[in-house]
Amino acid sequence: MKRSIVFLAISLGLAAPAMAQKKYDPGASDREIKIGNTNPYSGPASAYGTIGKSIAAYFKMVNDQGGINGRKVNFLSYDDSYSPPKTVEMARKLVEQDEVLFLFQTLGTPSNTAIHKYMNMKKVPQMMVATGATKWNDPKDFPWTMGWQPNYQSEARIYAAHILKTKPNAKIGVLYQNDDYGKDYLKGLHDGLGARKSMIIKEVSYEVTDPTIDSQIVQLQASGADVFINITTPKFAAMAIRKAYDIGWRPTQYLNNVSIGIKSVLEPAGLEKSVGAITLGYLKEPTDKQFENDPAIVKWREFMKKYYPEGSLVDNLNVYGYSVGQTIAQVLRQCGDNLTRENIMRQAASLKSYRVDTLLPGVMVSTSASDFAPIEAGQLQRFDGKEWVRFGDVVGK
Amino acid sequence: MNRKIFLIIILLLIAGGLPFLVSNYRTFQLTLVLVYAIALLGLNILTGYSGQISLGHGAFYALGAYVAAILMDKAGMPYWATVPVAGAACFAAGFLFGLPALRLEGLYLALATFALGVAMPQLLKYPLLEKWTGGVQGIVIQKPDAPAFLTAAGIPLNPDRWLYFFTLAVALVMFLLAWNLLRGRVGRALVAIREQHVAAEAMGVNGALYKSAAFGVSAMFTGVAGALGAIAVQFVAPDSFNIFLSITFLVGIVVGGLASIPGALYGALFIQFVPNLADEISKAAPWAIFGVFMIGFVYLMPTGVAGAVRLLTARRRSP
Repeated sequence: MKRSIVFLAISLGLAAPAMAQKKYDPGASDREIKIGNTNPYSGPASAYGTIGKSIAAYFKMVNDQGGINGRKVNFLSYDDSYSPPKTVEMARKLVEQDEVLFLFQTLGTPSNTAIHKYMNMKKVPQMMVATGATKWNDPKDFPWTMGWQPNYQSEARIYAAHILKTKPNAKIGVLYQNDDYGKDYLKGLHDGLGARKSMIIKEVSYEVTDPTIDSQIVQLQASGADVFINITTPKFAAMAIRKAYDIGWRPTQYLNNVSIGIKSVLEPAGLEKSVGAITLGYLKEPTDKQFENDPAIVKWREFMKKYYPEGSLVDNLNVYGYSVGQTIAQVLRQCGDNLTRENIMRQAASLKSYRVDTLLPGVMVSTSASDFAPIEAGQLQRFDGKEWVRFGDVVGK
Repeated sequence: MNRKIFLIIILLLIAGGLPFLVSNYRTFQLTLVLVYAIALLGLNILTGYSGQISLGHGAFYALGAYVAAILMDKAGMPYWATVPVAGAACFAAGFLFGLPALRLEGLYLALATFALGVAMPQLLKYPLLEKWTGGVQGIVIQKPDAPAFLTAAGIPLNPDRWLYFFTLAVALVMFLLAWNLLRGRVGRALVAIREQHVAAEAMGVNGALYKSAAFGVSAMFTGVAGALGAIAVQFVAPDSFNIFLSITFLVGIVVGGLASIPGALYGALFIQFVPNLADEISKAAPWAIFGVFMIGFVYLMPTGVAGAVRLLTARRRSP
């Protein structure tokens, strides 16, 4: 009897914090959680708009299944046409007028840069932004901003480590897009090679507006490089792979994760010309044969059919939206009844090896108070003409 | 005339009271309306009054924004001092661009300015300028606070309201300037060139000079607007100033009313609020909805909102 009273007292004591009175910031109530978002549904980057739509579909599914801790998610997403001033206006509308609890997956590096200071001044979370720039992982100066996907620099460092291990005498040629995205990768590569930076014998760049990159590929071949690091967006990645093959250049090729879609990049380049390309994967690619019957991808396809039937089943951006949806749902579940902005940041910063089923096996979502980069791992994979074949261990943190 | 002054006073009272009645976010939107109104006024001087179509005014808006941002960021200049500098820089740029471009007539000029508008974002990304422009990353600007003397005088204004009143003051000066310029000799000369340039030259109007000057003044107005816009948004980047901005300006003056000073304000309200409205109606095709609105406006008010207002008041006065 005495023991059971002690037990009761202890369990009550433990339960007490969890049952503490509900705490809300604007945008949260007993019935709903209001989340804001901006996405380019129109304009030059509108291909990315499908991310916003797949996230909205994900929340629709969550709501159909009873919501999160009994609360429905109200996902407000506005079009910013990838124009930073519009993002500022829409972010202010979401924060000041719609009074959302936080912003989630606002898309684009320039757009997020435009609201970076504002969100941190307002102390409203700018949660899991949809860009791979490295600057979102800066909890000391910007405690209200967090990224999600592996950032460009850590990806490039993994390639550098792999080259140093497997080909210590490599002569490296780099092709990169001349903007913050390309330069971010380049910096990671330089940092990763460290003292061996001189292994890079040629760096050439292109503008996103260039019609072709043929001359850059010819220059790289002429330099005598035997390792080719391909830091390009999908259209240019396909052109680069094809051109290199056609002029008889056969270096070891590293292809950045931005452009590994089989349907969108490798098929246009020519599957046989893409054989041997190495990349770092973290998401399950929906067009990859090995995931044909993978339970997570099968579940994802069912989700797509039911909640986002007009979305493309071969577009890995829709897997991306689904995966990031799972992550934020977990953060909100962890928040329990304490839905303050501060607690959301705290919970998002204490994900301990959380497993999202559409990420590659072994890739975990982990954060801490000093680490605002949720996904930092991936696995190297090589294209065999049909699918990406993973090799080695999961690398990165 | 008395009636007009009375109306203007009422309008000013409304403009002065509005930020105290609405949220900070709305105040920010109203600030943008004033910014766009100045830009549209500039374009209207060129297109509405002197009849030259420009599809590249976004470039001057960008130039003004960048001049202001760079001066604040690199030279530590106070925000208010950057506005006249941006205006002067754009006047020079517009005048110089005008000299050769004005040998081109009508659609050919439209194409030349279109090229300018298309090229601007890429010029801003140019590696050699990156030291100042920040390349694709752009420049983040500090938001100005209300000046200390106002706070000391017991009139506390939050930054959004202060920025609104600052923009309102600049807008008033610019509108007065335009009004003075356009209702007199210069305005008549510009209209004469638009209507029949051979006859205008025969009357002693120096066509080339007036056209270049119109281009310069027009660019100056737009540049001032760009500087104010940069201060309000607190960020400039090449992606903010794509060709769509220039086209939006053209839409604004046509919807608001060509060759009309109040038309600039109506047009600014249109380009600020109608896209948001369209986005709320349909996520799938916001621009299709925007197009419907645009066609509706042009069809129902062929002389712009300003023309329709003029028609309505004229009808009321002469029953």
